[in-house]
Amino acid sequence: MANLQLKDIRKSFGAVEVIKGVSLEIESGEFMVFVGPSGCGKSTLLRLVAGLEDITSGELKFDGQVVNALTPSKRGIAMVFQSYALYPHMTVYENMAFGMTLEKGHSKEEIRQRVERAADMLQIREYLGRLPKQLSGGQRQRVAIGRAITRDPRVFLFDEPLSNLDAALRVATRIEIAKLHESMHNTTMIYVTHDQVEAMTLADRICVLRDGLVEQVGTPMELYERPDSMFVAGFIGSPKMNFISGKLAENFNAPTVGVRGEHLVVKPSDGVWSGSVIHSENLGSDSYIYVDIGTDEPVVVREDGGKKHQSGEQVQIAPMDAALVHRFDNAGKPIR
Amino acid sequence: MDATIDIWKVTKTTLFYLLVTAIVVIAIFPFYYAILTSFKSGTDLFRINYWPTSFSLANYQQVFTQGAFPRNLLNSVFVASVTVILALFLAVTASFALSRVRFRGRGILLMTILAVSMFPQIAVLAGLFEVIRFLGIYNTPWALIFSYTIFTLPFTVWVLTTFMRDLPVEIEEAAIVDGASPWVIITRVFMPLMWPALVTTGLLAFIAAWNEFLFALTFTVSNQTRTVPVAIALLSGGSQYEIPWGIIMAASVVVTVPLVVLVLIFQRKIVSGLTAGGVKG
Amino acid sequence: MRQRAVAARWFLLPMMIALAVVAGWPLARSIYFSFTDVTLNDLYGAEWVGFANYLQIRTLESGRVIYRGVLADPAWWNAVWNTVRFAFWSVLWETILGMIVALVLNAEFRGRGIVRAAILIPWAIPTIVSARMWSWMLNDQFGILNDLGMRLGLLSAPVAWTASPDTAMLAVLVVDIWKTTPFMALLILAGLQMIPRDIYEAARIDGVHPIKQFWAITLPLVRPALMVAIIFRVLDALRIFDLIYVLTPNSAATKTMSVLAQENLFQFNNFAEGSAQSTLLFLLIALFTIVYIWLGRVNFDAGDR
Repeated sequence: MANLQLKDIRKSFGAVEVIKGVSLEIESGEFMVFVGPSGCGKSTLLRLVAGLEDITSGELKFDGQVVNALTPSKRGIAMVFQSYALYPHMTVYENMAFGMTLEKGHSKEEIRQRVERAADMLQIREYLGRLPKQLSGGQRQRVAIGRAITRDPRVFLFDEPLSNLDAALRVATRIEIAKLHESMHNTTMIYVTHDQVEAMTLADRICVLRDGLVEQVGTPMELYERPDSMFVAGFIGSPKMNFISGKLAENFNAPTVGVRGEHLVVKPSDGVWSGSVIHSENLGSDSYIYVDIGTDEPVVVREDGGKKHQSGEQVQIAPMDAALVHRFDNAGKPIR
Repeated sequence: MDATIDIWKVTKTTLFYLLVTAIVVIAIFPFYYAILTSFKSGTDLFRINYWPTSFSLANYQQVFTQGAFPRNLLNSVFVASVTVILALFLAVTASFALSRVRFRGRGILLMTILAVSMFPQIAVLAGLFEVIRFLGIYNTPWALIFSYTIFTLPFTVWVLTTFMRDLPVEIEEAAIVDGASPWVIITRVFMPLMWPALVTTGLLAFIAAWNEFLFALTFTVSNQTRTVPVAIALLSGGSQYEIPWGIIMAASVVVTVPLVVLVLIFQRKIVSGLTAGGVKG
Repeated sequence: MRQRAVAARWFLLPMMIALAVVAGWPLARSIYFSFTDVTLNDLYGAEWVGFANYLQIRTLESGRVIYRGVLADPAWWNAVWNTVRFAFWSVLWETILGMIVALVLNAEFRGRGIVRAAILIPWAIPTIVSARMWSWMLNDQFGILNDLGMRLGLLSAPVAWTASPDTAMLAVLVVDIWKTTPFMALLILAGLQMIPRDIYEAARIDGVHPIKQFWAITLPLVRPALMVAIIFRVLDALRIFDLIYVLTPNSAATKTMSVLAQENLFQFNNFAEGSAQSTLLFLLIALFTIVYIWLGRVNFDAGDR
């Protein structure tokens, strides 16, 4: 358990600056998610926290102590990698125990207890004698998490741990990680993903990164309800927020407005915008209607499942509530 | 119509298998003939046979009882083994640094190592002779172990570097997070993953050391310190007509059979090792 | 990560010291010796003589000009010619035959494993052993090859293959080609196996004749691997020593640069001249090494850290 302070952290590879001054505080026991499109620097930032890359400038503190020059193990971190990164020649038990055997002063008995406790938490006790190649992808990722738990870290790092799993396992493991956080509520966790669903479902707070800079930090609902920029507004939430600009936005007194599909309704008349239905998708629980109102991309409207619209049908749409319309200036900043 | 196609096909297959047979026969006939000769003795030796006609172990008996051949064999085993162990030991750590750590001048260093492996041995012969005299190891196995490093070390470094480069980065990072020092990463994480590569490179280096001739000829002068290639090269009688062919062939078979057996056992690995050293770069 | 760079330096140090002691220093000393009047018995009393070992031009009082040194020595130029001749013909035939063997091994047929195992045998046999095996087979009186040649009517009388100046080089070439073609074949085979099979399938669908396929698809695609293998072999052929030393001892028709230099250094007590000769060979091979690295376009920093 540790609180982290990042002070104007920068990282360059040669002449290219990848992290351009990130300042951030992470509370002890918090689950922080770094999210952003690929190339935004989120993985690099995680590796800087881990100590796998050197910080070019700035200060990284764990509990007030500067750790810039410390090795990953001295920082007391543990990390779960995208490709699991298990040692292929060691059994599950040896994989989980390896870190502790390298630290001095742990008796065999102590190591065994710690490994078994972690194995029980993840229900992998029966696999302890197996080699990684004898396990499925989901099991391997559980072992990788177990290896991290065994080390009893101050900070627990995840680098896109779900992206190598198939869709069903991804949801199951996501829930597993959420439960893990509940049971280890003292341990600070940082989780990197490009998937906003993972970010929304797991995070206490989300840090949205873009081009090596922090775009916004906040709880999932803060980001959803009060995005600090068009970028965050577009990145958080599914389907993506609709942006309407120019003449079509004049009613709202802003160059651009954004409305989420779930905040729009189809009306027979008296709508704010009108257009023709291009396509509708029925997912069972929801249906998405794509309406061409004259914007570059069609506007998406979420309706309850089962509602049907014919392509070419003329409809009118409107926000459910004026308060749910986000107004942005020309720089993409919100007008509040 | 179908019949003509069949005839063409049969001819093609026949020609192909004739070619295959020719390749196999040419490849193994000299060795076969050496074995055949090694079992002949006396005047049988000078009768030309294509198939085994007589069987005598006299040549082998002589090889192992007369002269210093058993001693030469021991020398070869000792020199080649120690050379390989030394080269692997130096190469494993060096290739970790060369394949895994970014530092300035790495490209130049790799280039230099590659260049050394292309050295003509004759170019360093005079200088090596001086160093070996200076170290006082002239005419001992250590002179050969010392000088063989010039070709075994660059080769092992090169092959192990290409191999280590392909090991996943994340496994190493997981080890770093687990608190492993570079030395622990090499010995406890990479070495177990690399042992097939170590066996292959070790074997190739062993063969190279086992077969070496120029240094062995130059840096050893007595029967007791020579290795088998030199011993076999210098086996001769009083004149051209007294060359003990039977004994030479027996000695040749003795030094070759272990190599051939090893090569056949490890053939897949050897092929990949050779091509890693040669083509991949 | 800084500790890694420090550790890397320590890891490299033993290897670099070893290479400096066994390669760098001896090479420098050999080159230095070539500019002195050093002898085998007195390595430390050497005096600097400049280029005298290479070429020395003196005008006698009578007005006659005398050229001395390695570059004015016909035996040296004979060795250079032998070396180049040997390298050219051996590599040419090894390439052609290696390509044939590689194409055979690249085809799928029953018994492929046996062929591959069989061609590894010449490669595994020590050069000295193969030299002696072949000199027995090439023996003028009791050699099986003369016998075979006469039975098949190819030869009218036995030939002293290794002793006769006319055939000595041929004998050396045959043995070297026999021994080294497998290596070439394996390198070419590795190149062939990197060519995706679907290219051939596409060519078959387009109705390209197999021979055309070889020239239009196989050869261009295997060329990088082939070029590297060829240069590799040329470098090896240029330094040939053991095969010639054992198969055709003391034959002027086959004496190469390495053999001549070794004899001068350690048998004829011409240490300084031998050093000059080995330095010249080194320069020749250095030139080819540069070509190799340039042609190989060795990419040292691809895909690693």
